[in-house]
This record gives sequence, C-alpha cells and structure tokens, in this order.
Amino acid sequence: MTKITSLADLRRIKSDVEAKMSLRERSETPESMVQIRVAMATCGIASGAKIVMDYMIDELDKRNIPAVVTQTGCMGYCYAEPTIEITRPGHGPIVFGFVDSKKADQIIEKYIKNGELLDGIIPVNYENIEGKK
Amino acid sequence: MEMINIKIDNKDIKVAPGTTILDAAKSVGINIPTLCYLHLHDFDITNKPAGCRICVVEVKGRRNLAPACATDCYEGMEVSTHNIRVLNSRKTVLELILSDHPTDCLVCSKSGSCELQTLAQDMGIRQIEYQGEQSHYKEDTSPAIIRDVDKCIMCRRCEMMCNDVQTVGVLSAVNRGFMSVVAPAFEMNLDHSVCTYCGQCVAVCPTGALTEVDNTNQVIRALADPSKTVIVQTAPAVRVALGEEFGMAPGTRVTGKMVSALRSLGFDYVFDTDFGADLTIMEEGTELLDRITRHLNGDKTVKLPMLTSCCPAWVNFFEHQFPEMSDIPSTARSPQQMFGAIAKTYFADKLGIKRENMVVVSIMPCLAKKYECQRDEFATNSNPDVDFSVSTRELAHLIKQANINFTSLPDQDFDHPMGESTGAAVIFGTTGGVIEAAARTAYELFTGKTLEKVDFKQLRGMEWIREATVDFDGTPIKIGIAHGLGNARKLLQDIKDGNSSYHAIEIMACPGGCIGGGGQPLHYGDTSILMARQKAIYTEDEAKTIRKSHENPYIQQLYAEFLGKPMSEKSHHLLHTKYFDKSKPAEIDE
Amino acid sequence: MTQYKMHLLVCGGTGCRASESELLFHNLKKEVFEKGLENDVQVITTGCFGFCEKGPIVKVMPDNTFYTQVKPDDAIEIIAEHVIKGRRVTRLLYVNPETEQHVADSKHMGFYRKQLRIALRNCGFIDPENIEEYISRDGYAALAKCLTEMTPAQVIEEMKKSGLRGRGGGGFPTGLKWEITSKSQADQKYVVCNADEGDPGAFMDRSILEGDPHSVIEAMAICGYCIGATKGIVYIRAEYPLAVERLKIAMKQAVEFGLLGKNIFGTGFEFEIDIRYGAGAFVCGEETALIHSMEGLRGEPTIKPPFPSVSGYLEKPTNVNNVETFANVPVIIIKGAEWFASIGSEKSKGTKVFALAGKINNVGLIEVPMGTTLRDIIFEIGGGIKDGKKFKAVQTGGPSGGCLTEKHLDIAIDFDSLTAAGSMMGSGGMIVLDEDDCMVSIAKFYLDFTVEESCGKCAPCRIGNKRLNEMLEKICEGKGTMKDLDLLRNLSHVVKDTSLCGLGQTSPNPVLSTMDNFYDEYLAHIVDHRCPSGQCKALLQYVIEAENCVGCTACARNCPVNAIAGERKGIHVIDQATCIKCGACLEKCKFNAVFIK
Repeated sequence: MTKITSLADLRRIKSDVEAKMSLRERSETPESMVQIRVAMATCGIASGAKIVMDYMIDELDKRNIPAVVTQTGCMGYCYAEPTIEITRPGHGPIVFGFVDSKKADQIIEKYIKNGELLDGIIPVNYENIEGKK
Repeated sequence: MEMINIKIDNKDIKVAPGTTILDAAKSVGINIPTLCYLHLHDFDITNKPAGCRICVVEVKGRRNLAPACATDCYEGMEVSTHNIRVLNSRKTVLELILSDHPTDCLVCSKSGSCELQTLAQDMGIRQIEYQGEQSHYKEDTSPAIIRDVDKCIMCRRCEMMCNDVQTVGVLSAVNRGFMSVVAPAFEMNLDHSVCTYCGQCVAVCPTGALTEVDNTNQVIRALADPSKTVIVQTAPAVRVALGEEFGMAPGTRVTGKMVSALRSLGFDYVFDTDFGADLTIMEEGTELLDRITRHLNGDKTVKLPMLTSCCPAWVNFFEHQFPEMSDIPSTARSPQQMFGAIAKTYFADKLGIKRENMVVVSIMPCLAKKYECQRDEFATNSNPDVDFSVSTRELAHLIKQANINFTSLPDQDFDHPMGESTGAAVIFGTTGGVIEAAARTAYELFTGKTLEKVDFKQLRGMEWIREATVDFDGTPIKIGIAHGLGNARKLLQDIKDGNSSYHAIEIMACPGGCIGGGGQPLHYGDTSILMARQKAIYTEDEAKTIRKSHENPYIQQLYAEFLGKPMSEKSHHLLHTKYFDKSKPAEIDE
Repeated sequence: MTQYKMHLLVCGGTGCRASESELLFHNLKKEVFEKGLENDVQVITTGCFGFCEKGPIVKVMPDNTFYTQVKPDDAIEIIAEHVIKGRRVTRLLYVNPETEQHVADSKHMGFYRKQLRIALRNCGFIDPENIEEYISRDGYAALAKCLTEMTPAQVIEEMKKSGLRGRGGGGFPTGLKWEITSKSQADQKYVVCNADEGDPGAFMDRSILEGDPHSVIEAMAICGYCIGATKGIVYIRAEYPLAVERLKIAMKQAVEFGLLGKNIFGTGFEFEIDIRYGAGAFVCGEETALIHSMEGLRGEPTIKPPFPSVSGYLEKPTNVNNVETFANVPVIIIKGAEWFASIGSEKSKGTKVFALAGKINNVGLIEVPMGTTLRDIIFEIGGGIKDGKKFKAVQTGGPSGGCLTEKHLDIAIDFDSLTAAGSMMGSGGMIVLDEDDCMVSIAKFYLDFTVEESCGKCAPCRIGNKRLNEMLEKICEGKGTMKDLDLLRNLSHVVKDTSLCGLGQTSPNPVLSTMDNFYDEYLAHIVDHRCPSGQCKALLQYVIEAENCVGCTACARNCPVNAIAGERKGIHVIDQATCIKCGACLEKCKFNAVFIK
C-alpha cells in the first residue's frame, strides 16, 4: 500500500478507487440513468454478447454517460443475437439486434446521446408479467 | 487575595477562592452535618468522596443538590443549607443508610461513640420508611481488629488511610452496587493479608464496622483469679489521653489518676511501660553506638542507618514489604515486650512465683500490640511474656464498669521497681521521642561527656518526614524521622536505592506517633487533640527529675543484679529478637 | 476488464452475522468463483443496513436490488438467477405489508423513505475493512482540509456553528466542549471516544464501529488537532468483539497509510490511538468513571467539577465524545456547518440514530433528522405495532429515560422536546410497548438493571434504587399499598436530587414517568390486585367461564395442584388460592372455557 504523505496522495487514491466504487454510487438512483440490458443466454453468449457488454460498459464510462449495464437471460430474439435493450430515462425500452462493437458505438452516439433512432430495432412482440401491475 | 462574595442562608459573607461550601458555612457558625467527610487538618489528610450525600445543600441555579464538602464557592453563589427540600433529602438519605444497617445499637461496641448514631439522633429519625433487604457479610476477627462490615456505610475513610496515608493497601472497595463494601481483596480475612494492625482504619471508622478486639473480659478474669499475680504496665501515650474518655480536656496529664484507677481495679502491681522504654534505650542505644562506631572506623560490613523497632505495626510493614532489608532495624524488642520478658523472669524470681502464675497486662494506645504479644518468639514454653494488651478505650470501659469516679481520684505513684522511669522514656509516646531519648543516652556513651541541654528540639514537630543533625561533640550524627507508614516507605525506598545518608531513623506507624494510635480515644478528625497530647508528653518529660534513660537507678540495678550489661548474652536472649520474611503471597479464603 | 460489472454487498453487522451472513458471504464468493465470475462480480461485506428485522440483507448493484432474509443456501440461486440470467429472485424481495407487493428498491420502502443517513452514511455501502473504499467517499479529506487549510480555532468555530450536540445522551454542544478543552493548559491532552454503549438494547455505536470505523478515527484526529492532543483512546466494551476487530483493522490500515502516527499529510501533526476495554459495567459509560477505569482504578464516578476538559485522564485535559458524535464530524467539515445546521430542529441540529426495538414490525437501526415525529418513526418507519396490537408507549433513553404515550405521538423529536415531555433522548434506544406490556413491570425491569449496575459509591443510588426496586417488586406481586406510591414518588425525587452521577440522577425516571402516565395501572395492581396487561404473573387469575364449560374434566385431571373442582358434566371452578397459574388448564380446554383475567 501507498503511504499518504500529502493531500495530493489522498486525492490520487480517491480518484483511483472512485472508478471502482462508482458502480455503487450511481446505482443508488438507477431511474435517472440509462438502463441497458444485454441478453446473455446461450445464443447471446455464442454470438459474442459478452464482448458487446464489455464494450458498452467501457465506452459509456469513457464518454461519461451515466448508465446501468446488466446482463439478462434470453429475451427471445435468438435469431437476432446479440440483442440489447436500452431504456432512456423517461422513455420506454427499445431492443436492438445484431449488435456488435461497431453497432454499439453508433447506438451510443445516436440513440443514447441524442435519442436518434437507428436501423436494427426489433419490435417487441410479447408482454411479460413484470409490466403488469 | 481577592475574596469572593457568597450568600449562605441569606447571610452575606466573603470567602477566599477555593473554599468549600462546608468551610464557608462553618466560618459563620453554620455546621452542615457530614458523615463520610474527614479532614485531618494538621496532617493535610482529607477524605471527601462525596458519597454519603448527607451534607447536600441547595445552590440557586443548580438543578440538583450539591455536596457541601466537595463543592467550591464561586462569586455570587447562593446557598440554602436547611430548606424543606434539603431537609427532606437529607433525612431520606439517612433513612436509606439506616435501612441497610444492623439495629443492634444496644450491644454494639461503638454505641455512644458512633457517628451514624449521633447523626440519627441529631436528625430526629424515629422511623425508617424504606425497609428492605440488608447487605450481610461474614465477620472477620484478627488478633487486633474486628471487621463487622454489615455496618460499613462506604465512607471510604479506612480505604483512604490504608492506601494513601499508610500505603499498606489492604482495604479497598469490592463488589458493585448494593453489595459493595470496603474489604481486603477477595474479601479475605485480615490475618491473611498484609495488614499491619496499625489500627488507623479503626481510628477513623465512623461506625462499628471496624473496631478493636476487646480483651477486657480476659483482664477481669485474670484479676478475679486468686492464684494469679496480675501486673499492669502503661504506655506513655495513654497518660495524656485517658482523661478525654472522662470529659477532661485533650492533653490533660492524668498519670496519677490512671495509677489510682488501676490499683482500684485490683492489679497487684501497677508498673510503667516507660521502665521498659528506658531499658530499650539502654539496649538500642548501645547497639546504635556500636554500629556507628564501627562505621566511623571504616567497617564496611556494618549496615546504616539503624531503624528503631519498637513499633509492631512498623515491624509488620517491614516484614511484608521490605523483608530483604531485615538486617537494618535494631534487634531490640519493644518496651512492652522487654517489660514482659523482665517481669516474668527477674521480677517473678524476686516474688518467688512461677511465670505461669503471673499475668502481665499492658495498657496501650495501640492495637498492633495485641498482635505483638501473641508472636511466637515472645513466649517461653507457650507462656507469653505479655499476656494481654488492652487499649486506652478499653481501659476507660473497665474503669466505668467498676464504677470508679475517675476525675475525682487522687494522684498515686507507680510501684517499684518496674514503675520508675525517666523523662526520656515518656517521650516515646510521640513522633521524634524515641530517637531523642536514644540521643540523650548515646551522646553521653559516645562522647563520654555529660549532656547539658537535654532537649533536642530539632527532632520535634509534626511534619511527616523530618531530619536533623545532632552534634555528638564534633561528630555530626544525621537523624531521620518519619511517622505514617507511607512516609516510612519513602525513607525505606531511599535506603533500598542507596540514597540514604542517615545514621539512625525513627519510624512510627501512626500519625503523630503513639499519641495518635489506633487504640486511643477517637479524635473524630480534630487534629488539635493530637497536638495537645504531644505537648503534654513533652511537659510530662520536663516535669521529671531524671531525664536520661541510663540514669534510671532501677535500670542500673536491673543490669547489676540480673542482665550484666547491655547486649550481654542474657540481654540478647531476653531483650532482642529477629525478623521474618512475610512477603509470601496472601492465601485466598474459600 | 478493470471494473466489476456487479457488486454484491452482504451485511456483516453483528445482527446479520448471528443469522449466518458470514457463511452466506463465503457461499456467494465461492459460487462466483466456481462460475468463473470473479473478475466481473465483486462480493464484499459491509456494515449495518439498519433493517435488522429483515436481515440478513444482500444488496445487488448496479440494479439496486435489496434482498431480505437471505440464507446461506440462497447463494447459489442468487448467482444463477440474478447475476447470470439477470432475473431477480422475487421470493427474497421485501414485501410491502400494505400493498402486498414486492419492493426491490430500498428507497421505496416505508422503512427507509424518511431516513437520512449521515452518521450511517457509509454503513451498508463500503467494506469497513478496506480503507480505500472509505477514502473514495471523501474519507480523510476532512482531516486533510483541517490540517492544511484551517486553524484549530477555525475548525472549532465550524463545529460550533454546526450545532452538533453530544449523541451519547448528554446533548452538550460538541464545539463548545472542544473549545473549553483547547483552552486548558497542559503538556499532554487526550481525546477519548466513549464506545461503552451500556444501554440495554442500544447498538448504534456498535453498528458505526462495525460498519464505518474510519469515520471515528478521522474525527478523533480532527479533535486532537483542535484541542492540542496527540493521543487518542477508544474505550470500547469488551462485549463487542466484531467492532473491536474492525476498529483494530481500520487503525492498522490508517497507520500503514500514514493517516495516523507522525507527520500526517506532511504537516507535522501527529496523532496515535490506543484501545482500552470495558469490563462489563454500565456505569463506566459515565465519563469520569470511564476515565478512572482507564487509569486502572475502580470504575466509580467522581464529582464534577473538575470537568474532564480541565482535569480528566491522568489529571490532564481530556475531551470525551460518543461514537456517533464523532461519526458526524468529518461530514460536517466536508459539507459545511451550514449544511448540517439546515437539518434538524432549531436547537437540535443534524440527525439521530435510533435503535428501534420492542413490539414493532420493523426492528432495526434508523437515522432520522431531528424533528421527525414519533408517529412517523413508529408507524411509518417502524411499520406499526407487531401483530396488529395497540400502541401503548415508547421508552426512550433506556434506563435513564421515560415513556412517551399516545398523546406524545406528534412531538417533533429532539433533545429538548423529549426532556420537556418527561423523558430524554439518551443514546438513542427506543423500545416500543403495546397493550400487553405492563408499565409497572417495565419500570421494575429498568430498576433491576440500574440496581445491578450501580457502582455503590453514593448512598442514594446504592440503597435508594434497591428500595425503589423492592417496592416495585412488591407492587407487581400484588402486595403493594397506597403508601408505597407516596414513598416511590418521594424516594424517586430524592434519589434524582442527591445522587452523585448521571446513573442515579436518572434511574428513577422510568418510575416517575410510568407513574405520571399510567397511574391507573399502578392503582389496578395495588387496589384491584390486577395487572391490566396480564403480564404480572402473581396477579393473573385463571377463571372458567361457566357458559362454555361442558364438564369434560380435562382441566381438573391435568391440574398439577388439584385446584379445580367439578363433577362430570358439571361446571368446573378454579380455586384461586391454590392455583399456581401454570396455564395447563387453558392448554387442555377444548371448549374455550378457561380465560385469563
């Protein structure tokens, strides 16, 4: 461990650890952030969903966009894997299919940042009980 | 000094900063009752745990009542010492204390002199509303002191004396809450602890929790036994204090009346411990001289300083706490014991009786003497040199039981030969007296010259530790004096550390010396009584014609007829002793 | 991948540990490792979340899921379902008792909605055994600010402006205490943290030390800087082994990081902390008794003045503060006195941590702004009375406090309002009582405690409390008289008025408070020989309701003392004089004929 001999040392440790802790900090109020769910069932993983998830997390962090990225199970769109569901604060969820790193980059810049729609949106074709009150 | 203004019971007064409410009130004649508080003014010893809450008073602006003994006055303070709130609280607290106290006043040894009883009387307690469980403990009887701590009120005076003044450390508060009491560790018996029996705890205990062992019944039985010749010896400190038990002023010399009373009681021979004191000076003075002379001649094996050994509580302290230095005190026995040894040999021979038919009783200001006379080495064939020791207080009881009107007794003289003593002997009763007596004799023996000025005023006083240099015709002899075991400890530690440059040191366990002994009439904190007793001792000395021990003709006769010379083989056998290592860990009672 | 994708926070407070949260933690870690997720999922233990009734707690981030009553065996399911598949394990979610719906986000729970966690800001969030996590939350930044940007006088001024008052029960203004101690002249001064927490049922300080020990360490160093002390001592009760362990780990890390010891932040300021252990005496929570205990003497209080600020430990100026008081200090320095003073009421600033216990649904640790009403605390945060019973009273301040009743429910809680209502804040214990609690028994329960814990030094507490206890016992046994009520009242006032220290000065409070608010219960015990709540066994009467009795003789046959008389098919009667109130008849009767009166 590093010995702290000045205020600068303290600040440096803080900023180093803050990154690791930021997930907890942000998660206190998830509704105010972009919620991203990455389908990580067998088909998803087989199609490289993990790479997409890692990419989303890193890039959103780099571009300073507060977001909560979680993995989920099969959303049912096995033909379009990897699929991700994006919920912007105040909007309904939108599912994108055939996502790779390149597509993910566009999704971030266009939809997440500006609300611009892109190709490859998969219309929701079922209801789930979570939505019901 | 800038005085501060306060109001007590609507009286405006000025007091010095740092004055307690109690003292401020006293200065205008308001005596707030106290119980645990004790202030030995001349010794600067104070006990004020503020635990009894009897002295509480109302202070304007303060939420709760304040203990007067421990609360300092401040500018503008307004105090009420006896409004209804205070009186109700004080009475209730007293009732609480009484509710956890045995009610055997009628047969309690402290009845009539008990501070709790007096307080209850003064406060007019007629009923104890708050009855309930009482805390009980096992009673503990040692050779000298009885602990009946059902009667302990947690005033902590004994704890203070034992730890802070005497530094023996036997008594402290144990347990918690309702069952808390002051006792030796693990509530063990005193005789398993390092108690020295100095009795200072008894001297300050306000109730009957700590009292002396009562040997008066044994004395009465001995006096009633026609086959026994009963001899009594009286210590010097008794004759300047006994009168107080009969309403006489402190410091009244009642030697003559005391002798009369003892004769009335039926003692066959009324002798004087002072005879033994003169004898002690002969032996101890010779021993001191021998050591000093050898030391001055360059003998490296001789140990100095030499310490006096006449105080049994001090000897106990020494054997428990500094046993590795047992070759430093004098080997001379105490006057009480020397007297007994001579009485049961020399005098028994003179009377033509066997020692088993002689009973030697000592009247002592001391409780440790009760323990001392029971020591194994002070007996022959299980017959002790001194059979019983009774304290000044017990003697007063005996006199009252025999309905002797003490104050109107005529003065009588002691019997011969063991009733004759010098002024040097009588000053044994005060701190500084033993070493002054020794100096008077040692001077003449050492220098071969006559001592013109007998008073060694530089050795006198009440300061805890004193030192003085006595001029033995050109040879300076350094003397150290300590009273109170805590001060003895300091001097002993100096010796242990190699920092002591004295030739001789006198140690008395009790504050003031024997005049302040554990068996003396209680002073209730008024140290002016001790000062008065000390003054009386020196007056008694001045009134004597012979004031140097070696000039006592009966002592000279004793040596000529019986002992030979000081430190002879016979003297060694009868009048000297050795010391034991008692530093083993104390046993814990089951 | 440098970052974890998911954090699992497992409560490691003593309460949850007693329900195997340590095993749960290990199981989660094991499962994470076995599924190869150790680079993605971080599992840590944290301090107390406060919702002790529903422990063990596991919080999942980033989706902010609050799991309750998690068992060690649930670890596999949590990893498999929630972590891997992204599906919440609904059976472990909290259920809102009113709506009967699952609630995953603690912010939406009645328990948490009105809480404001300042002293507990890091409890349940960081791993208390990792100093870096503390640092990431502005840890030690307050100390740095004080040492590098402020003078001691400026820090003291900030503390005074904040209005922080002692949280141990005394409510003395902290800034003022620091100022007085700073003005005392001596060659050595001491900062003492009172972590003795003797009140029965109180665990605020324990949770802070278990969950965020660094906040106390940092505060003590700041205090040392202000008053001119280089030594600090934490006096902690030996019955808190986990808190002691976490504190020791924290201290060790602080020393390793150079935040304790010499030349802190290169400013030349030095501060070291020592730990001393209590030995099981409530009275040693009193500051002078605490000091004497540390000195190796008997743990007895001594009169004040002199106050410890002037002459304390080893007769040097000593500043004694409670754990919770210290926990507030760093955040006051970082966020400013004005921010702190904006929370709470006029004379009581900030928040207070309460240990909510008794007959309440949501038992646990809560922190609310001063000025929150009792009603909110009991009925919203506390979730109301258990089993739907009726609220009777809430005892605040432990054995030193009094009870508040229905008429006090809308009091805005702070130091002064509670004292005015006949109780006191104390250290934060809140015991909720319902219709089945006998108030006389409650008073006796508290006196049992203070009689046991009295040090014995002063007569009114040593003997007076014992007598109060005996009288209450008499009343509970049905042997009380009307005179006893007068004696109880007078003695209570005298003990309060004449006792040497805070223990005796407040121990009669439960008696006076229950007598003032529930005099009818006392009368019932004494005059009617009846305990209205049915709690005092000696006053219970088992009776057979004639209407329901069919004479089956089951009760008579099972009565161990043959107290029931009756013929077959005839009405049975219980002889009250013989009855020992064992309840066997009630158990055996199949016809609901036996009642307790």
